[in-house]
Amino acid sequence: MAAQSADDLPEEVQSWIGQERYSEKTEFPIEMGYVLTTLSATQNGNPLYWDEKVAKALTDGPITLPTMVSVWFRPHDWSPGRTEPAVALQLHFDLKDRLGLPEAVMSDNTIVFREPIRPGDELTTTQILYSVSSLKTTKLGTGRFWDFEVRFVNQRGELCAEERYTGFGYNRDASRRESK
Amino acid sequence: MSVELLLGDVKEGAELPVLEKEVKPVTVVLGAMASRDWRPQHHDYKFATQNNGLDDIIMNTPNLAAWFERYLTDWTGPKGRLGRIKFRMKDSVYPGDTMRFAGKVTRVEPTVEDVGWVEVAIELSAGDKSCVGCEARIALPKTAEANPWKLKGDDWKP
Repeated sequence: MAAQSADDLPEEVQSWIGQERYSEKTEFPIEMGYVLTTLSATQNGNPLYWDEKVAKALTDGPITLPTMVSVWFRPHDWSPGRTEPAVALQLHFDLKDRLGLPEAVMSDNTIVFREPIRPGDELTTTQILYSVSSLKTTKLGTGRFWDFEVRFVNQRGELCAEERYTGFGYNRDASRRESK
Repeated sequence: MSVELLLGDVKEGAELPVLEKEVKPVTVVLGAMASRDWRPQHHDYKFATQNNGLDDIIMNTPNLAAWFERYLTDWTGPKGRLGRIKFRMKDSVYPGDTMRFAGKVTRVEPTVEDVGWVEVAIELSAGDKSCVGCEARIALPKTAEANPWKLKGDDWKP
Protein backbone atom coordinates (compact mmCIF):
# COMPACT_ATOMS: atom_id res chain seq x y z
CA MET A 1 0.00 0.00 0.00
CA ALA A 2 1.17 3.53 -0.79
CA ALA A 3 2.14 5.71 2.13
CA GLN A 4 0.21 8.89 2.89
CA SER A 5 1.63 11.84 0.97
CA ALA A 6 2.63 15.14 2.55
CA ASP A 7 0.18 18.04 2.23
CA ASP A 8 2.86 20.69 1.53
CA LEU A 9 3.78 19.49 -1.96
CA PRO A 10 3.77 21.79 -4.99
CA GLU A 11 0.43 21.50 -6.81
CA GLU A 12 2.11 20.08 -9.91
CA VAL A 13 3.73 17.22 -7.96
CA GLN A 14 0.49 16.59 -6.07
CA SER A 15 -1.28 16.17 -9.43
CA TRP A 16 1.15 13.40 -10.49
CA ILE A 17 0.18 11.07 -7.63
CA GLY A 18 -1.68 7.99 -8.89
CA GLN A 19 -1.33 8.99 -12.57
CA GLU A 20 0.30 6.72 -15.18
CA ARG A 21 2.84 8.95 -16.92
CA TYR A 22 5.91 8.81 -19.19
CA SER A 23 4.61 6.13 -21.55
CA GLU A 24 7.76 4.96 -23.29
CA LYS A 25 8.61 2.25 -25.83
CA THR A 26 11.81 0.23 -26.02
CA GLU A 27 14.37 1.76 -28.41
CA PHE A 28 14.94 -1.63 -30.10
CA PRO A 29 13.19 -5.02 -30.13
CA ILE A 30 14.29 -7.34 -27.32
CA GLU A 31 17.23 -9.47 -28.41
CA MET A 32 19.44 -12.23 -27.02
CA GLY A 33 22.83 -10.48 -27.42
CA TYR A 34 22.53 -8.62 -24.13
CA VAL A 35 21.19 -11.80 -22.49
CA LEU A 36 24.25 -13.80 -23.52
CA THR A 37 26.57 -10.99 -22.39
CA THR A 38 24.79 -10.88 -19.02
CA LEU A 39 25.10 -14.66 -18.68
CA SER A 40 28.79 -14.34 -19.48
CA ALA A 41 29.23 -11.44 -17.02
CA THR A 42 27.66 -13.50 -14.24
CA GLN A 43 29.10 -16.87 -15.32
CA ASN A 44 25.56 -18.23 -15.42
CA GLY A 45 25.31 -21.66 -17.08
CA ASN A 46 21.52 -22.05 -16.79
CA PRO A 47 20.63 -24.26 -19.82
CA LEU A 48 17.29 -22.50 -20.17
CA TYR A 49 19.24 -19.69 -21.85
CA TRP A 50 22.04 -21.64 -23.55
CA ASP A 51 20.21 -24.73 -24.87
CA GLU A 52 17.42 -24.25 -27.42
CA LYS A 53 15.94 -27.67 -26.64
CA VAL A 54 15.60 -26.84 -22.94
CA ALA A 55 14.06 -23.45 -23.82
CA LYS A 56 11.59 -25.12 -26.20
CA ALA A 57 10.59 -27.69 -23.59
CA LEU A 58 10.23 -25.34 -20.63
CA THR A 59 9.22 -21.96 -22.05
CA ASP A 60 8.06 -22.69 -25.65
CA GLY A 61 11.20 -21.01 -27.00
CA PRO A 62 13.83 -18.54 -25.79
CA ILE A 63 13.11 -16.02 -23.06
CA THR A 64 15.26 -13.34 -21.47
CA LEU A 65 16.52 -13.34 -17.86
CA PRO A 66 13.70 -11.95 -15.69
CA THR A 67 16.06 -9.67 -13.74
CA MET A 68 17.05 -7.95 -17.01
CA VAL A 69 13.66 -6.25 -17.29
CA SER A 70 14.96 -2.73 -16.68
CA VAL A 71 17.88 -3.24 -19.11
CA TRP A 72 15.54 -2.85 -22.09
CA PHE A 73 14.63 0.69 -21.05
CA ARG A 74 18.04 2.19 -20.53
CA PRO A 75 18.50 4.69 -23.34
CA HIS A 76 21.46 4.62 -25.72
CA ASP A 77 24.33 6.71 -24.43
CA TRP A 78 24.08 8.75 -27.63
CA SER A 79 21.59 8.88 -30.47
CA PRO A 80 21.11 11.30 -33.38
CA GLY A 81 19.29 14.52 -32.61
CA ARG A 82 19.29 14.21 -28.85
CA THR A 83 20.28 17.46 -27.19
CA GLU A 84 19.88 16.45 -23.55
CA PRO A 85 21.26 13.27 -21.99
CA ALA A 86 18.41 10.75 -21.79
CA VAL A 87 17.73 9.27 -18.36
CA ALA A 88 15.90 6.16 -17.24
CA LEU A 89 13.27 6.74 -14.51
CA GLN A 90 12.34 10.25 -15.68
CA LEU A 91 9.81 10.55 -12.86
CA HIS A 92 12.60 10.27 -10.29
CA PHE A 93 14.59 13.04 -11.99
CA ASP A 94 11.52 15.28 -12.37
CA LEU A 95 10.77 14.90 -8.66
CA LYS A 96 14.34 15.92 -7.80
CA ASP A 97 13.98 18.96 -10.04
CA ARG A 98 10.51 20.14 -8.95
CA LEU A 99 11.16 19.57 -5.25
CA GLY A 100 14.61 21.25 -5.35
CA LEU A 101 16.37 18.13 -4.07
CA PRO A 102 19.47 17.68 -6.24
CA GLU A 103 20.85 14.52 -4.60
CA ALA A 104 19.02 11.21 -4.48
CA VAL A 105 19.49 7.56 -3.62
CA MET A 106 17.28 4.52 -4.08
CA SER A 107 16.82 2.73 -0.79
CA ASP A 108 14.58 -0.21 -1.76
CA ASN A 109 13.84 -1.91 -5.05
CA THR A 110 11.28 -4.69 -5.55
CA ILE A 111 10.58 -6.39 -8.88
CA VAL A 112 7.57 -8.65 -9.51
CA PHE A 113 7.93 -10.86 -12.58
CA ARG A 114 4.94 -11.93 -14.66
CA GLU A 115 4.77 -12.85 -18.38
CA PRO A 116 8.30 -13.76 -19.59
CA ILE A 117 9.96 -11.30 -22.00
CA ARG A 118 10.99 -12.88 -25.30
CA PRO A 119 13.31 -11.89 -28.14
CA GLY A 120 11.36 -9.77 -30.64
CA ASP A 121 9.04 -8.33 -27.98
CA GLU A 122 8.42 -4.61 -27.96
CA LEU A 123 7.71 -3.28 -24.50
CA THR A 124 6.05 -0.17 -23.19
CA THR A 125 6.58 1.25 -19.71
CA THR A 126 4.66 3.71 -17.63
CA GLN A 127 5.70 5.28 -14.33
CA ILE A 128 3.28 5.87 -11.46
CA LEU A 129 4.00 8.01 -8.42
CA TYR A 130 2.33 6.64 -5.28
CA SER A 131 3.48 8.95 -2.52
CA VAL A 132 5.89 11.70 -1.48
CA SER A 133 6.68 12.15 2.21
CA SER A 134 6.97 15.29 4.28
CA LEU A 135 10.50 16.64 4.87
CA LYS A 136 12.69 14.20 6.82
CA THR A 137 16.27 14.45 7.99
CA THR A 138 18.53 11.41 7.61
CA LYS A 139 22.31 11.05 7.83
CA LEU A 140 22.45 11.94 4.11
CA GLY A 141 20.60 15.21 4.44
CA THR A 142 17.13 16.74 4.59
CA GLY A 143 14.66 15.70 1.94
CA ARG A 144 11.68 13.56 1.03
CA PHE A 145 11.04 9.88 0.37
CA TRP A 146 9.04 8.96 -2.71
CA ASP A 147 7.47 5.70 -3.69
CA PHE A 148 6.86 4.91 -7.35
CA GLU A 149 6.36 2.02 -9.74
CA VAL A 150 7.35 1.21 -13.31
CA ARG A 151 5.02 -1.15 -15.21
CA PHE A 152 6.27 -3.14 -18.20
CA VAL A 153 3.72 -4.32 -20.79
CA ASN A 154 4.43 -6.24 -24.02
CA GLN A 155 2.96 -5.67 -27.50
CA ARG A 156 0.08 -8.05 -26.69
CA GLY A 157 -0.88 -5.95 -23.67
CA GLU A 158 0.38 -8.56 -21.20
CA LEU A 159 1.93 -7.29 -17.97
CA CYS A 160 5.55 -8.53 -17.87
CA ALA A 161 6.82 -6.90 -14.67
CA GLU A 162 6.25 -4.27 -12.03
CA GLU A 163 9.23 -2.58 -10.45
CA ARG A 164 8.71 -0.65 -7.23
CA TYR A 165 11.24 1.88 -5.95
CA THR A 166 11.63 3.93 -2.82
CA GLY A 167 13.84 6.95 -3.46
CA PHE A 168 15.13 9.60 -1.09
CA GLY A 169 15.81 13.02 -2.62
CA TYR A 170 17.78 15.38 -0.43
CA ASN A 171 19.76 18.54 -0.22
CA ARG A 172 23.20 18.23 1.31
CA ASP A 173 23.65 21.99 1.80
CA ALA A 174 20.36 22.32 3.68
CA SER A 175 21.31 19.51 6.02
CA ARG A 176 24.71 21.07 6.70
CA ARG A 177 23.04 24.38 7.55
CA GLU A 178 20.59 22.63 9.84
CA SER A 179 23.27 20.62 11.58
CA LYS A 180 25.32 23.70 12.40
CA MET B 1 23.60 -28.13 -15.27
CA SER B 2 21.51 -31.10 -14.20
CA VAL B 3 20.02 -29.79 -10.96
CA GLU B 4 16.26 -30.10 -10.67
CA LEU B 5 15.12 -29.06 -7.24
CA LEU B 6 11.62 -30.17 -6.24
CA LEU B 7 9.45 -28.45 -3.65
CA GLY B 8 9.64 -31.50 -1.39
CA ASP B 9 13.45 -31.22 -1.30
CA VAL B 10 13.24 -27.84 0.46
CA LYS B 11 12.83 -27.27 4.19
CA GLU B 12 12.41 -24.01 6.06
CA GLY B 13 15.69 -22.93 7.61
CA ALA B 14 17.79 -24.87 5.10
CA GLU B 15 20.88 -23.08 3.84
CA LEU B 16 21.70 -22.66 0.17
CA PRO B 17 25.23 -23.54 -0.98
CA VAL B 18 27.56 -20.55 -0.63
CA LEU B 19 28.86 -18.97 -3.84
CA GLU B 20 32.11 -16.99 -3.79
CA LYS B 21 33.45 -14.97 -6.71
CA GLU B 22 36.45 -12.71 -6.95
CA VAL B 23 35.58 -9.33 -8.49
CA LYS B 24 37.96 -8.02 -11.16
CA PRO B 25 37.65 -4.71 -13.04
CA VAL B 26 36.28 -6.65 -16.01
CA THR B 27 33.55 -8.15 -13.76
CA VAL B 28 32.32 -4.63 -13.02
CA VAL B 29 32.69 -3.21 -16.54
CA LEU B 30 31.28 -6.22 -18.39
CA GLY B 31 28.28 -6.33 -16.04
CA ALA B 32 27.60 -2.61 -16.46
CA MET B 33 27.80 -2.78 -20.27
CA ALA B 34 25.62 -5.93 -20.39
CA SER B 35 22.96 -4.05 -18.42
CA ARG B 36 23.32 -0.91 -20.59
CA ASP B 37 24.47 1.15 -17.62
CA TRP B 38 26.84 3.75 -19.04
CA ARG B 39 27.26 5.78 -15.86
CA PRO B 40 30.98 6.52 -15.28
CA GLN B 41 31.20 5.19 -11.72
CA HIS B 42 30.99 1.70 -13.26
CA HIS B 43 33.91 2.06 -15.68
CA ASP B 44 35.91 5.24 -14.98
CA TYR B 45 38.30 4.95 -12.02
CA LYS B 46 39.14 8.68 -11.93
CA PHE B 47 35.47 9.69 -11.95
CA ALA B 48 34.54 7.11 -9.31
CA THR B 49 37.34 8.09 -6.94
CA GLN B 50 37.71 11.85 -7.54
CA ASN B 51 34.12 12.83 -8.33
CA ASN B 52 32.09 10.32 -6.30
CA GLY B 53 34.54 9.75 -3.46
CA LEU B 54 34.46 6.00 -3.94
CA ASP B 55 37.41 3.65 -3.43
CA ASP B 56 37.22 2.33 -7.02
CA ILE B 57 34.63 1.64 -9.74
CA ILE B 58 31.59 -0.17 -8.29
CA MET B 59 29.32 -3.03 -9.37
CA ASN B 60 25.96 -1.67 -10.63
CA THR B 61 22.62 -2.77 -9.17
CA PRO B 62 21.08 -4.39 -12.30
CA ASN B 63 24.15 -6.57 -12.67
CA LEU B 64 24.00 -7.53 -9.00
CA ALA B 65 20.36 -8.52 -9.62
CA ALA B 66 21.57 -10.86 -12.37
CA TRP B 67 24.13 -12.33 -9.96
CA PHE B 68 21.33 -13.01 -7.42
CA GLU B 69 19.29 -14.68 -10.16
CA ARG B 70 22.28 -16.84 -11.12
CA TYR B 71 22.76 -17.80 -7.44
CA LEU B 72 19.12 -18.85 -7.13
CA THR B 73 18.89 -20.83 -10.37
CA ASP B 74 22.21 -22.57 -9.66
CA TRP B 75 20.32 -23.96 -6.65
CA THR B 76 16.96 -24.70 -8.27
CA GLY B 77 17.88 -25.65 -11.83
CA PRO B 78 16.14 -24.22 -14.91
CA LYS B 79 12.60 -24.94 -13.70
CA GLY B 80 13.01 -22.52 -10.79
CA ARG B 81 10.96 -19.48 -11.83
CA LEU B 82 11.57 -16.19 -10.07
CA GLY B 83 8.40 -14.43 -8.96
CA ARG B 84 9.63 -11.53 -6.89
CA ILE B 85 12.91 -10.08 -5.73
CA LYS B 86 13.65 -7.26 -3.32
CA PHE B 87 17.00 -5.56 -2.69
CA ARG B 88 18.38 -3.36 0.01
CA MET B 89 21.69 -1.76 -0.96
CA LYS B 90 24.05 -1.29 1.99
CA ASP B 91 27.61 -1.02 0.69
CA SER B 92 29.48 -1.06 -2.62
CA VAL B 93 31.23 -4.00 -4.28
CA TYR B 94 34.66 -3.13 -5.72
CA PRO B 95 37.33 -4.87 -7.79
CA GLY B 96 39.50 -6.85 -5.39
CA ASP B 97 36.50 -7.85 -3.27
CA THR B 98 35.39 -11.47 -3.11
CA MET B 99 31.60 -11.54 -3.33
CA ARG B 100 30.04 -14.10 -1.01
CA PHE B 101 26.42 -15.10 -1.59
CA ALA B 102 24.78 -16.99 1.30
CA GLY B 103 21.08 -17.81 1.41
CA LYS B 104 18.54 -19.38 3.72
CA VAL B 105 15.02 -20.68 3.07
CA THR B 106 12.65 -18.54 5.15
CA ARG B 107 9.32 -20.03 4.04
CA VAL B 108 7.94 -23.00 2.11
CA GLU B 109 4.33 -22.37 1.13
CA PRO B 110 2.09 -25.42 1.40
CA THR B 111 0.26 -26.16 -1.84
CA VAL B 112 -2.15 -28.70 -3.28
CA GLU B 113 -1.14 -27.77 -6.82
CA ASP B 114 1.83 -29.13 -8.73
CA VAL B 115 3.85 -25.94 -8.31
CA GLY B 116 4.72 -24.35 -4.96
CA TRP B 117 6.51 -21.29 -3.63
CA VAL B 118 9.65 -20.88 -1.61
CA GLU B 119 10.99 -17.68 -0.04
CA VAL B 120 14.70 -17.15 0.43
CA ALA B 121 16.79 -14.49 2.20
CA ILE B 122 20.20 -13.88 0.66
CA GLU B 123 23.07 -11.82 1.95
CA LEU B 124 25.81 -10.61 -0.36
CA SER B 125 28.91 -9.75 1.61
CA ALA B 126 32.55 -9.00 0.80
CA GLY B 127 35.00 -9.59 3.63
CA ASP B 128 33.57 -7.77 6.66
CA LYS B 129 31.18 -5.68 4.55
CA SER B 130 27.52 -6.54 4.26
CA CYS B 131 26.78 -5.20 0.76
CA VAL B 132 23.25 -6.19 -0.29
CA GLY B 133 20.29 -7.83 1.42
CA CYS B 134 17.91 -9.65 -0.88
CA GLU B 135 14.60 -11.43 -0.44
CA ALA B 136 13.33 -13.65 -3.25
CA ARG B 137 10.18 -15.63 -3.93
CA ILE B 138 10.65 -18.47 -6.40
CA ALA B 139 8.32 -21.14 -7.79
CA LEU B 140 9.40 -24.78 -7.79
CA PRO B 141 7.83 -27.89 -9.30
CA LYS B 142 6.31 -30.41 -6.93
CA THR B 143 6.92 -33.32 -9.30
CA ALA B 144 9.41 -34.04 -12.08
CA GLU B 145 6.63 -33.49 -14.64
CA ALA B 146 5.43 -30.13 -13.31
CA ASN B 147 6.72 -26.87 -14.82
CA PRO B 148 6.28 -23.44 -13.15
CA TRP B 149 6.94 -21.71 -16.49
CA LYS B 150 3.59 -22.98 -17.80
CA LEU B 151 1.61 -20.94 -15.28
CA LYS B 152 -0.13 -17.87 -16.69
CA GLY B 153 -2.62 -15.23 -15.57
CA ASP B 154 -4.24 -15.80 -12.20
CA ASP B 155 -2.48 -19.15 -11.78
CA TRP B 156 0.84 -17.29 -11.47
CA LYS B 157 0.99 -15.80 -7.95
CA PRO B 158 4.32 -14.00 -7.53
